[in-house]
Amino acid sequence: MSDREQILGRIREALTVTAPKPGAHGTGAGHHGPAVSPGPSSTRQWLPLVGDSFEERVALFRTNSAELKTDFQLLNSREELTAALIKLRDADGWKRIGSHQGELTQVACDALGLPVCRTDATYDVRELEQCDAGVTECDALIAQTGSVLVTSRSAGGRALSVLPPHHVVVVRREKLLPDLQAGFELLKSKYAANYPSFISLITGPSRTGDIERILVLGAHGPKKLTILCL
Amino acid sequence: MKSVIQQFKEQSRVITKDLRHRNLIQTALGKYEIKRDEKKAAFQSWSSARQAAAEIKWEAINHLDKHLPDFVRRLEARGTVVHWATTAETARDIILKIVRDQKARSIIKSKAMTAEEIHLNDALEHEGFEVVESDLGEYIVQLRKEAPYHIVFPAMHLTRGDISELFTRELGSAPTDNPEELTMIARRALRQKYVTADVGITGANFAIAETGMISITENEGNARLTAALPKVMISLLGIEKVLPRMEDLALFLPMLATAGAGQALTCYNSLYGGPRQPGESDGPEQYHVVLLDNRRTELLADAEQRDALHCIRCGACLNVCPIYRNVGGHTYGTTYSGPIGSVITPHLRGLQEWKHLSFASSLCGACTEACPVKIDLHHHLLQNRRNSAHEKPSVIEKITFKIAGFVMNRPGLYAVVKKLARLFQPLHKLVKGTRLDPAYAWTQSRDLPTLPAESFKDWWKKNK
Amino acid sequence: MMYPKVGISMVRILERLGHKVEYPEDLVCCGQPAFNSGYWDESRSVAGKVLGRLKDAEAVVIASGSCGAMLRVFYPDLFAKTPQAQEAKALSAKSYEFSDFLVNRLGVTDVGARFPARVTFHDGCHGLRELGNKKAPRALLAGVRDLELVEMKDAETCCGFGGTFAAKFPMISTAMGEVKCASAFATGAEYIVSNDSSCLMQVQGLLSRQGSPVKTIHLAEILAQS
Repeated sequence: MSDREQILGRIREALTVTAPKPGAHGTGAGHHGPAVSPGPSSTRQWLPLVGDSFEERVALFRTNSAELKTDFQLLNSREELTAALIKLRDADGWKRIGSHQGELTQVACDALGLPVCRTDATYDVRELEQCDAGVTECDALIAQTGSVLVTSRSAGGRALSVLPPHHVVVVRREKLLPDLQAGFELLKSKYAANYPSFISLITGPSRTGDIERILVLGAHGPKKLTILCL
Repeated sequence: MKSVIQQFKEQSRVITKDLRHRNLIQTALGKYEIKRDEKKAAFQSWSSARQAAAEIKWEAINHLDKHLPDFVRRLEARGTVVHWATTAETARDIILKIVRDQKARSIIKSKAMTAEEIHLNDALEHEGFEVVESDLGEYIVQLRKEAPYHIVFPAMHLTRGDISELFTRELGSAPTDNPEELTMIARRALRQKYVTADVGITGANFAIAETGMISITENEGNARLTAALPKVMISLLGIEKVLPRMEDLALFLPMLATAGAGQALTCYNSLYGGPRQPGESDGPEQYHVVLLDNRRTELLADAEQRDALHCIRCGACLNVCPIYRNVGGHTYGTTYSGPIGSVITPHLRGLQEWKHLSFASSLCGACTEACPVKIDLHHHLLQNRRNSAHEKPSVIEKITFKIAGFVMNRPGLYAVVKKLARLFQPLHKLVKGTRLDPAYAWTQSRDLPTLPAESFKDWWKKNK
Repeated sequence: MMYPKVGISMVRILERLGHKVEYPEDLVCCGQPAFNSGYWDESRSVAGKVLGRLKDAEAVVIASGSCGAMLRVFYPDLFAKTPQAQEAKALSAKSYEFSDFLVNRLGVTDVGARFPARVTFHDGCHGLRELGNKKAPRALLAGVRDLELVEMKDAETCCGFGGTFAAKFPMISTAMGEVKCASAFATGAEYIVSNDSSCLMQVQGLLSRQGSPVKTIHLAEILAQS
């Protein structure tokens, strides 16, 4: 018998006896009644609250970004976007960037006027490693958590948004979603027929607390995350 | 060789007196507690979220016969090679074969407790492969040739001074007491390893049945690099990691981050659904997923404790456990330490050898209260105690409880015993706190109350 | 057995509130030590007698969160699938830890007590987590005249007693107790109050070994003062 058959056989045999439901033998039941059962379909109502209007969501995204040490900039025109990029380029002395095909990434590359390592097709990892920034688009922003939702299709593959020391996201404000639930719904409606092989929720620049639980940014991934939202 | 219980007792005796260790852990976890409480408070209802998470896990585990094959079928459909391993040895052999077939020189690894469980690094190194842990904490303990101290915070037992000394010794870096500089030393040392590694090995936090993807939660970006650069990627995961639906992550990712690290969401939560797909520009050419049983199905067969398979390895139960906080992660001598380790190790590695961990608990229940998926942890410790006493009772204890029961069910006899105790109490002073003291276990560090001159029963009789 | 004052205080308070108290003189122990050690058969031989003797009581009031949890939460487990399963459930439903009984069953928070001192309250784990009883003891303390309650850091952390655990792993138990004593000491309280005598025995044992001026006292003893 193969390992597969053995494991599946053991699982089926084990499951002939049903386990007690969660909370059936909970603690703190005392005289205070059993736990309420919310049902699995409605978890949104227990998670951190997100407002209904665009303004509330932007405000929440901004608050989350500040806490995460993400640089979030809401811009009102293409000119402002161009100016913001040039300011970043000059402040950190970028010499070369990585990027991919896209409407806003094209605007960014044109504005920056630097050599670009493109990750749309097979590329040289060592060349990408030498880039000062990775400029990508994304599938969505998530207000609830201050996250950027990317996939290998929307953000130029797996490495572009994690290998260079600075990740710059260029995105239109229509892509701001309320919460994680909405993010997963979007993924489903957009890709269900053929999912990209990589999906990631990026929530702030890379970090670690492994030394005395003290926060340090840029553990392995980008030290900086900038979101330029048009 | 010393038995594991002797080792546990001896190491406990030493470390519980180590005030530097005590303060280090209390401080580190104190910082975690503040963040955790802040993030929990942001939930509209943490307790309902826990119940929902527990129910989803219940559904996943109690229908594992459906969800696991679904997960595998969907992964395979997109070019992933799925391997099944009944034992740790099989899992090691599978991974060794993949690595050998690649003629790999170097392997980069991101944190995986299942890899610790099967002692994968030892097996790979024994075969002459270089394996580098890429998570900062794991990298530190690897350099120290130690096991992780904690399933989420592997190097929590070390100060920046310890780490600086280690890096100076092992990497030749200049001493520094700045955590940021120390992190950058590791970043530089590991960067080249990513670019040159032939094989990347990861664990997984969740396996999504609906879409055939694995989910990896991390903060540093090391797992993302491990999954992006090497041409072969291997993920090793226990069969219990399954979640039915992708949208379940909308609940589980924030709960894992909150309970595990005191974060609203960890920095990177990534889903991997296969090797590089047509039209994609990077990612591994080959993706292997190794599914590990290693006696998880035995735990599954124990309906009473099946919920221990709900564990999402967040470490919250360790963080609140007063035993863990005083003896530390290494004293357990297990892959999984703290309350969850004390519950599952007897199932995974043998009840009689590991039952002492179920007794090394005051049953305070802080673990159960902290668990985001409501595993009935401290009651499972009681059940392990019952099962071990039932399977192989200690003659002395059994007789003691029989005699005690006999005496207590006979009020006349009990009264005599009480009188005797009062009579002998003055003599106790002579041996108190010495090894001759029958109550030495107590009196070596604590005083005993003096027996009252009048018992409650005497008072009751007099007054009623 | 060690702390008769606790029982005496409880009886006095209940009688002051106009209740008739009975004490089953032949009951000594609820069977928890054997139960927690894994010897459920031996535990049942003691607990079975408790079930029988308390069958006719209207309510059973226990001056310890730990014993309270045994009757309320663990008897149904202990007697599950035995002929006494129903009896165990019935006893469970009418068993109360003392402070829970006063506050949640009788609706009393002021028993007319006065205790001029600064105190801190230690939550016994069984009372807190098995019985879910955090508010009642604090409500009662709030009703005591001239008493100042100062919450300690980690009031909910175990004191390290844990029954046979204290003897089986004395070094771990002691370390836990030391952490607890340090938290209590930091409040500047004169008394550590709890509704569990076993926690108080552990804490008092350490305090007197350390020569600490801080004293321990059971909640019932405070409530009986006037």
